Amino acid sequence: MSKKLYLDNAATTRVRKEVIEEMSRYFDELYGNPSSQLYELGRKSKEAIEKARKTLADFLNADEKEIYFTAGGTESDNWALKGVAFANLNKGKNHIITTKIEHHAILHTCEYLEKFGIETTYLDVDRYGLIDIEQLKESIRPETMLISVMFANNEIGTIQPIEEIGEIAKEHGILFHVDAVQALGSVKIDVNKQHIDLLSMSAHKIRGPKGIGGMFIRKGTRIDNFIHGGGQERGRRAGTEGVQNIVGFGKAVEIAARDFDHHVERLTVLRNRLIEGIKNNIPDVVLNGHPTRRLPNNVNFSYKYVEGESILLLLDMEGISASSGSACTSGSLDPSHVLLATGLDHGTAHGSIRFTLSEEITEEDIDFTVETMKKIIIKLRAMSPIKNDEDLHKN
Amino acid sequence: MYSEIVMDHFRNPRNAGTMENPDGVGQVGNPKCGDIMKIYLKINKNEIIEDVKFETFGCGSAIASSSIATEMIKGKSVHEAVELSNKAVIEALGGLPPVKIHCSVLAEQAVKSALYNYAQKNNKTIKGLENYKPEDDEIHCEH
Repeated sequence: MSKKLYLDNAATTRVRKEVIEEMSRYFDELYGNPSSQLYELGRKSKEAIEKARKTLADFLNADEKEIYFTAGGTESDNWALKGVAFANLNKGKNHIITTKIEHHAILHTCEYLEKFGIETTYLDVDRYGLIDIEQLKESIRPETMLISVMFANNEIGTIQPIEEIGEIAKEHGILFHVDAVQALGSVKIDVNKQHIDLLSMSAHKIRGPKGIGGMFIRKGTRIDNFIHGGGQERGRRAGTEGVQNIVGFGKAVEIAARDFDHHVERLTVLRNRLIEGIKNNIPDVVLNGHPTRRLPNNVNFSYKYVEGESILLLLDMEGISASSGSACTSGSLDPSHVLLATGLDHGTAHGSIRFTLSEEITEEDIDFTVETMKKIIIKLRAMSPIKNDEDLHKN
Repeated sequence: MYSEIVMDHFRNPRNAGTMENPDGVGQVGNPKCGDIMKIYLKINKNEIIEDVKFETFGCGSAIASSSIATEMIKGKSVHEAVELSNKAVIEALGGLPPVKIHCSVLAEQAVKSALYNYAQKNNKTIKGLENYKPEDDEIHCEH
């Protein structure tokens, strides 16, 4: 086997050396509890947290006081939805608008909130994964308290018209939450220009450590606290801060901000090379997601007449790590809810493979991936009883 | 996740492909559920399965289950082959993860379906297939 090629960077990323270096000091040298303000060790930890907070705030064009650290993107999503819902209980506001292609951290939280009488409207998406602004406007009710739309989709990479949605939310006096876990570092985020009130982030998607995330909460937003306890994070998110993780998150964002233009430009070139390579070398494929309004590192195709898990196993044998929207890999009966929402039939959705790139990937790696995929698809198609669309759509 | 036997059969599937003028063909599963298995049988006048081929659309364990099932019935009489159970397939594979048990069930059904097709075409009865229903109209995905 040749070298390992990690093409699953939407799942998680390799932590940067500079990030590890920065973090390591906070284990055995600067290990003070940031709440211990009466001695230097504690104050140093507090300073480190505030430095990271400032880095995040600057990156989003927010104020430092509007940034809170959490345990990750999932906690941030939970906090945004439950916090706003609970702050509005018994106030005549019981309606949330979101989309059919959100992460399960949003979808399952909305499901849970039904217990409290909260209703959710799930917006449709078109074949590219974009929501319909008219449907959004029509879904707004006097009881609507929150619109929650992900900035960019984790599976198909589609980027939503966030600013336009933000304007509509603002016009109607409705809070706007954005799950930016996949978008952070790859798409320009400006919480003021885009009229965002709440924004979820995660460190490990941008080459920071796992177990740390963040949330932007616009000043004056009515939202309940989610984790109760001590007075950390200005009393809004209790629990001793994971100082080293926060430091790592801050460093990862600092580098993401510094390298932003170069990163987006380079990944877009690699992404397009992979998309073109697959389209030109493998017949009967469908590009999932939008051709241009997509994350610079996301390539998601369905390979008709074959199944995703088989492709992943054969890719793994060649040292390539990727992911699939097939039911076989999700542990559920249905293929990815995102692919089905874009109108893809089940059979085709089972054959989807997502490659998500990083800046560690070269053009040679891309060409190797295309060649490998070509061989794998030929091998599996030779074994498949499905030979054409007619077979695929039987039943 | 998978046993070494499963991975071996997935990597080097035995008897993969199609067959010209088969004596029996059976197909089970559907694209909606993500698994389809098709079995081709060549059966001689002594009712011995001389050759088997399979085509499978599905996950690694679906391909491995079909592959090992073809090995298990090749050279057997149709009366022996009809007794192939999904449990025997699982055992031969050195186990399957719980969510993949249905792959072994599909393999058993694909063999039965091909034998049924052979019996129908040749006006024969195979003990064990009296109550076999080749087509289940309702799509019901199982994992």
